[in-house]
Amino acid sequence: MADRTGFHEHIAEALQNPNLAGALGRFSEAYAISRAKAYEGIDFEKLRDQIVEAKGNAAGKLDVLAGRFEAEATRAGARVFRAGSPEEARDYILRLCRDRGVKRVVKSKSMATEEIHLNQALEKEGMRVKETDLGEWIIQLAGQRPSHMVMPAIHMTKEEVAAIFSKEVKERLAADIPRLVAVARQELREEFLQADLGISGANLAVAETGSLVILTNEGNARLVTTLPRIHVAVVGVEKLVERMADVVPVVRALPRSATSQLLTSYLSVLTGPAPGPEGEQKELHVVLLDNRRTAMGADPRFAQALRCIRCASCLNVCPVFRLVGGHVFGDVYTGGIGAILTAWFDALEASEHIQGLCIQCGNCTQVCPARIDIPEMVVELRRRLAKEQGQPLLQKGIFRIVNDRRLFHSMLRAASLAQKPFARDGMIRHLPFFLSGLAEFRSLPAIARRPFRDRFREIEQPRGLSEKVAFYAGCLVDFAYPGTGEAVVKVLNRAGIEVVFPEAQTCCGAPARYAGSFAVAAQNARDNVAALEGAGASAVVSACPTCTVALTREMAETLEAEGEHEWAVRARKLGEKVVDFSTLVKRLVDQGRLRLVPGEGLPAVTYHDSCHLKRTLRAEKPPRQLLQAVGHEVKEMFESDMCCGMGGSYSLKFPEISKPILTRKLESIRKTGCGTVALDCPGCAMQIQGGLHKAGDAVQVRHLAEIVAERLA
Amino acid sequence: MFEQFQARAQAVSAEVHRFAGAGPALDFVVHTLLAEGVAPEPGRRAVWCPGPILGPPEPERLARELPGLTFEVTRAAAAESKVGVSELDWAIADTGTLAQDATDPRRRLPSMLTETHLAVFRTASLVPDLATLLARVDPRRMRYLTCITGPSRTADIERVLTIGVHGPRRLLVVAVDA
Repeated sequence: MADRTGFHEHIAEALQNPNLAGALGRFSEAYAISRAKAYEGIDFEKLRDQIVEAKGNAAGKLDVLAGRFEAEATRAGARVFRAGSPEEARDYILRLCRDRGVKRVVKSKSMATEEIHLNQALEKEGMRVKETDLGEWIIQLAGQRPSHMVMPAIHMTKEEVAAIFSKEVKERLAADIPRLVAVARQELREEFLQADLGISGANLAVAETGSLVILTNEGNARLVTTLPRIHVAVVGVEKLVERMADVVPVVRALPRSATSQLLTSYLSVLTGPAPGPEGEQKELHVVLLDNRRTAMGADPRFAQALRCIRCASCLNVCPVFRLVGGHVFGDVYTGGIGAILTAWFDALEASEHIQGLCIQCGNCTQVCPARIDIPEMVVELRRRLAKEQGQPLLQKGIFRIVNDRRLFHSMLRAASLAQKPFARDGMIRHLPFFLSGLAEFRSLPAIARRPFRDRFREIEQPRGLSEKVAFYAGCLVDFAYPGTGEAVVKVLNRAGIEVVFPEAQTCCGAPARYAGSFAVAAQNARDNVAALEGAGASAVVSACPTCTVALTREMAETLEAEGEHEWAVRARKLGEKVVDFSTLVKRLVDQGRLRLVPGEGLPAVTYHDSCHLKRTLRAEKPPRQLLQAVGHEVKEMFESDMCCGMGGSYSLKFPEISKPILTRKLESIRKTGCGTVALDCPGCAMQIQGGLHKAGDAVQVRHLAEIVAERLA
Repeated sequence: MFEQFQARAQAVSAEVHRFAGAGPALDFVVHTLLAEGVAPEPGRRAVWCPGPILGPPEPERLARELPGLTFEVTRAAAAESKVGVSELDWAIADTGTLAQDATDPRRRLPSMLTETHLAVFRTASLVPDLATLLARVDPRRMRYLTCITGPSRTADIERVLTIGVHGPRRLLVVAVDA
């Protein structure tokens, strides 16, 4: 794996490749629409339940199922070899090839054979090995590795394919896709007919019957499993399900999620060796590959990854993958799930750079048919990596400061003075020296001259209010957007609620947690629990969705992971009282405790969903309802819930990725023609406002609290 | 159920034809073989795996009409054929799929190496979905269950859908009512 500088160079190369950005970008936009169409009339949540049950049940007893499969497949006449490691799998296949005098091999698509680097091993022994899936063949001829689990050659243009094929057939071919496909048919036909050995993977393996289930569109897997006299299937044990009925939900989801089809052209169920085309008895060998999958199944944090059906929908909706592709974001297995699988099948360290690319937006969690939480596992990888390797020095220094609230806050105050020469209209366009990267593609909000915590003391709240709510500001509202905090107080006061501000509150711990620094996040959590639980408040409200998520659930999870059970219990109890601003205000309006006055002739506004508000807190409706209640029409932007590229410290770590994600977001905002973009997250506000300001764009960015505060009865 | 099957099969580029009985279905198959230009030369032949739906064909009459046609399905014959005819045991309505116990490779080959596949099935064998089929068949009594949904396809180059990669470019579904 490349070092850190090398990795950034890879990213730069990918970002500068116009084919890649164009092809992946267009695909991910089209995918969202075609996927939705494929799922029409299907209850996706119910289907997910079925897959979670079938695959989850299997993941918990892989060893038992592998034993059952072995017994049943053997009874049907297959030979089953259970390979613990890639070496064992390769050795078994190589020995078989030697024994049977195999010279020519055809393969249909199999990720497991890529995982064990089988082709190289066979070729080293002098065998002729041909991939027959069109995409895989292109990749093989080009000497590359697949950039996508379902569409291996998505990063290549038809011109590039034509050039590669021309070389192969020694004839100048035009970049005409049907013609290129015809060339593949013709060239590979002879390979199928001449091969002694066909190697396939399997999408599922059924323990109770010893069957393999294979889905393809091109028809190559049927040829691979029929024509050569020997068939070897290399199957990861996570493909095992217990019963034939478990196949059904997976087959319903896989084509829909992978290629937006109701079903692939071909679905084959193989149980033992069938006779060959001349009536001869064929040989079927099934290599069940473990390679740490059983260990993964025993790890409560990672067992869920074994439910993966390899549809790659997580790649298709990922804002980072669609920019950099699978050659940067992944290894054999690509994207976020690829980072997880690489950490296990290869080594934890091998995932170090790849997993860093996850921006934690959670898009993948919405589409995964197996309801796998990739971002959560990525955070766990970071925690383990940080434990093993320690933190980078600079990061360590920063977190040490964040860990000490007084020091952290006094430094922010000092920075407010130091930034003076660079700040204008409350924004910073340029920063000197090593900080310049931070303000390269977006301006930064100037650190407030007086933080919210100071300004709060001067707010005169009405006396004699019956209910008390604690306000949790979070760093951004406290030190960059104190006006948002003041708006929150004003709105709640009008609903008859007194706002208290426990001064000992500190950073919510999200930045440390997402970087894997759980010890720091745990210290933040303890400080916040102690500060907030004693406030005597009926609820804790935050105007930052990331902080809200941290307070409602992540503090408890962090403390639990750090073995601090009692603190975790307290954090969980506190978490039940935490609510985001828009949800709370909508509730107050519904209860008749707060009346909003719709403005006359207000312009339409567009709304940006923050990742945490939409996907973790599932509160996409309240802000829109509030906007309408105060008299704004909401004009939806394209991909309103696509990440803005901020991702907390992500934009500092990968500014080169954060910037193009932001660029797309700004385009979507501009296309609405609205003069205002409303949002609920001060982090998104910082990113989007910064981008607009840097571009000299007049579109206003406004937090819901500020908009609502102007329309109170 | 047939309407759903037909709509779904057509949506994935299969051509669906329905006949009241084996007689007109057989005529259609023969007519199609002629129209496809079946002839006794490599690349233009046809292989036909006979089955119970169309009944035992009259080899002599057909051999006269179609000299490129053989009922002996071998790997060599299939590899030299442009058209394949086979009978399928079931059809799945909600995906427009045909399914077959293909343990005998002679039943499988006509749908694998040819450019055009004529797939004959009995309308009465329609089931609503894959779950029903998998509950009905016992894979332990069947070495190779094959399901076919439309012709062979790929989108591996620039995501452009292209029909006919390694399998048939054209799938004609022949539904027989009685």
